[in-house]
Formats: sequence, structure tokens, C-alpha cells
Amino acid sequence: MTTSTSQWETVIGLEIHTQLATKSKIFSGASTAYGAEPNTQACAVDLGLPGVLPVLNKEAVRMAVIFGMAIEAQIAPYSVFARKNYFYPDLPKGYQISQFELPIVGNGHLDIEVDGATKRIGITRAHLEEDAGKSLHENFHGLTGIDLNRAGTPLLEIVSEPDMRSAKEAVAYMRKLHELVRYLGICDGNMQEGSFRCDANVSVRPKGQKEFGTRAEIKNINSFKFVEKAINHEVERQIELLESGGKVVQETRLYDSVKDETRSMRSKEEANDYRYFPDPDLLPVFIDEDFKTEIKAALPELPDAKKQRFKDSYGLDEESATILTSSRPLADYFEAVVKASASEAKLCANWITGELSAALNKAGLDITESPVSHERLAGLLARISDETISGKIAKQVFEELWQGSSTADDIIAAKGLKQITDTGAIEAIIDKIIADNPGQVEQYRSGKDKVFGFFVGQVMKEMQGKASPGEVNKMLKDKLK
Amino acid sequence: MSLTVDDVKKIAHLARLGIDTRDIESYTVDLSGMLDLMTQMSNLDTRDVAPMAHPMDQVQRLRTDAVTEADNREQFQAIAPQTEAGLYLVPKVIE
Repeated sequence: MTTSTSQWETVIGLEIHTQLATKSKIFSGASTAYGAEPNTQACAVDLGLPGVLPVLNKEAVRMAVIFGMAIEAQIAPYSVFARKNYFYPDLPKGYQISQFELPIVGNGHLDIEVDGATKRIGITRAHLEEDAGKSLHENFHGLTGIDLNRAGTPLLEIVSEPDMRSAKEAVAYMRKLHELVRYLGICDGNMQEGSFRCDANVSVRPKGQKEFGTRAEIKNINSFKFVEKAINHEVERQIELLESGGKVVQETRLYDSVKDETRSMRSKEEANDYRYFPDPDLLPVFIDEDFKTEIKAALPELPDAKKQRFKDSYGLDEESATILTSSRPLADYFEAVVKASASEAKLCANWITGELSAALNKAGLDITESPVSHERLAGLLARISDETISGKIAKQVFEELWQGSSTADDIIAAKGLKQITDTGAIEAIIDKIIADNPGQVEQYRSGKDKVFGFFVGQVMKEMQGKASPGEVNKMLKDKLK
Repeated sequence: MSLTVDDVKKIAHLARLGIDTRDIESYTVDLSGMLDLMTQMSNLDTRDVAPMAHPMDQVQRLRTDAVTEADNREQFQAIAPQTEAGLYLVPKVIE
């Protein structure tokens, strides 16, 4: 199968539903908190009882506008809610309130990086809509149980252009978007709880062909790993089908992560079948300049801009800058450490992306839960910078910082870890090492430079790491001449 | 525009309307007539007319994001035909 893959080009567009992090629902005052007892957060509006009217949540609108600004999109001054009609028991009204012809956000973009190259992915639109409830199919004597707590939760559906050409690009786009919505604070990004869900439109076409092939929509792919696998599987299925003379049918397919395959769910409805029309219960949404100005002023520095600034003003490399700007709390932590320690930014970056991140990962903690506050880490880095301790000893001190609550200075004083700057003491040890190892001295002097490392190691060991390696190097070179 | 019997059946299915097969013929005629009226309206020159999303020339008022609804599950479920473990029970629907 893989032999012929190269004659085909994959075309992917993603529809991502992000649950907006509001306190209350998009059209009612019921809570959106996750995990409540079934139907305890479903009010008369969410249930679609007769006589109720939806009232739009300002915060949901604000979040949609923030997102639009972050992807440099057009914010519609005038947008309209429409009814999308279909019948399913977890949709009590018989229609979902969504946006169709006039969405709130249109025509933006997101830049992704794949294999070192930057690619711009178009975002066709992002529109506000309400989520449906949940159906539970098990254990109700052949009946289906309905929980409407999720009904009416605000969603921003973000629709990309069919600009991606591989599963890898699709994953890169999804990750970048996931990072962005969390960064903006408009979505908690929790994929397990369904706060960030992805549907993929996948088609293939012979290389060089202009028209798109018939696409299938894959639903229910709720992890980065599954997106890649589901798309790759679907591409293979379509190529196999086309090469054996078959035709791809436009349909919705469900990804089964256990069997690693997609299977047909239902033939895809045409937009016509949903009988969209403007919702007479809701007036058009008008977004004026004042509202936009207010939001723009409060907009945080965006990840890409921050990354560039980290590279320009702190001299960080691409990798460190990317990691440190992947979340706002992490970026803030880094800048706080640089400021408090007055140390070189690169040193701070190395410690945060290295030692600290490793410890956090191991403990399963987020940067906001770090037992080592930015002040305490800064205290440690300041002592490396002024050469009170070596990098090696610093790792030991870091362990203590992680375990307890003392400051780096207290730990250094209590454990006598201060670097030995008394050149006389270092000299004495060097003399001793040279005297004890005449063979190695001979080798070094006859031109085997590699042996030098042996001497440095011996001296540092003797001094329990408490000497400046630079100083030791210099003195050793003199002595071994 | 003229609808076929199949069109009418499809529309009825989408709207989940059970219609008497004997009435399909007359629905076909009536609905086609309505669509003809639409076609007639489509022929009007509306270049200078802004599309209207709502008959009242007003804009949507927005609500502050605050939880104002208490749990009324018991009351709501009192009128539901069947409930269990806090869930509404409905005939099984799996496509």
C-alpha cells in the first residue's frame, strides 16, 4: 500500500470545538462546571421548555472576539445566530443555536512549524454555538439516559481551510491552536473532559489535480495521538478504495481507537438538510468599536510575538524560546526568574527547561504548582552567576530547594557548599594529584591531551565539587607545563 | 419550481412529520406553489436592500456571565415520563 501513497496528495481541514471557559452557559444562567450530578445544571432554557428565551452571555462573545484578534481575523461588526435543525434526544429544542451565514469571526490564520519550516494555515471562520447534552446508552433496560448538564455550554467552533497536507501538519495545527486557546484563557483545553474536540475532513487526490477529492469527516478524535492515527488510517483507506476502482462516499466516520480504524457512522447531511434559518429568539449581535478597543487593550502578548521577543531580547535559541512560551504561566515564571536573579537569561532558561521541567514532569506537576517558587530558583541562579557555587553543586542545592522550604543561601551555608576560592587550598590539592599520578603526568606531557580531563576530574572529586572548574583548569595547565 | 413526491417524503422525514400518504399529492402541489412565490420574490431587485436578520431593528442585549439558576431537577423531572439516576430516559437511539 505504501508504495503508491506517493502518487496521492492528502488534503485535510479541521473543525475544532473549543468549550469556552465561562462560568455560566451561553444562553442561560446555569453553571457550566464539569462533573456535577446529572441534570442538576440544566435549567428551563437548557431544557427547551415552552416560553423560555435565550439571553446571550457577554463573556462568550468577548472570548470569541479575543480569539479572532489573536488569529488576525475579521471580527464581524454584525453577526447572526441561526437554528440548525435536527432531531436527537440530547438536543431538547430540536435545533441547536449556532451561526451560519454571518459568523462572529472570519478569515484568520495560524502559523505552524513542521520539520523546521513555517506554514500558514487559513482559518475560514469561528462561530459561537451551544453544546448538546450527553446520551448514555448503557444499563437502562434498553433505554437511553439523557444528561443535559452540558446542553447550552458555549462552544467556539473553529473551522480551518483545507490547507493541511499531512497528518503531521494537522497535529501541529491542532497543538498550536490548543496552546493558543489556553494561552488566551478562553478554554481550559481539557481533552479528557471534552473541552477541546476535533473533527477532521480528509480527502485524497492524484498529485497535480486541482479539484479536491470527495471527503469523509472523521468524528470523535480526542487526542493528538489519535488525530494522527485516524487521519493516516483514513488516507490509506481512501487510496486503497480509489486504486481498486471504487469511489469515496461523502459521509461521517467514527474513529475507533481500540481497533485503530474508522467506520461509517451515517451519510453526511447536506447543509440544506439542517434547514438553517435566523433564530427569531435572538437579535443580531452588534460589536462596536468601543467593545473591540477594550478587548484589544487587554489582549495579552501573543505566543508568536513573545517567542520572537524572547529570542531578540534574551538571546534564547529557537528551542528554549518555543518551550518557554508554550504557556503563559511558564513564560511569566521565566521572566520573573530573570528579573529576580539578575542572572544571564540563558542560564535561567537552561535551568527552567532542564532541571525544573524534569522535576515537574517527574512529579506530574504544572509550573503553577512548582514547589520551587521563582524567587527561590532566582536565589540559586544568582549564586551560580556570582560563582559562589558551581553548576554541579547547584544541582545538589536544587534538590534541597525542591524538598524543603529554605533559600539557596541557607542551604549553601548550612551544608558548607560554598566554592573554594582560596587558590592556596586548590594548589595544594593539585600538587597532591600530580604527585600521586606520575604515569598520567608523563602521558600528558608527551602530548596526550585527553588525560587533562582526568586531572580536572580528580581535583574536583577531591574538592567535592566546590571549586570553580575554570580556576582549576587554569591552575592545572600551569602546573602540568 | 416543482416538487416531486419524493421531495415531500424527504422533507417530512427531516421534520419527523408523519404524513398520510393520501395527502402527499396535495402537499406536493401546495408546497410547489409556495416555492413558486419564493422564486417570484427572488426575481425582485434587492441590490440596495440590506438583508434583514430580525423584523425588529434592534441589537442583541448581552448578559453578564454569572450563575443565576439553581438546581430544579426534581421539579423538572416531575413532568418527565421516565427518569432514573437523575437521567431522563428516552427510547434508545443509536445510528
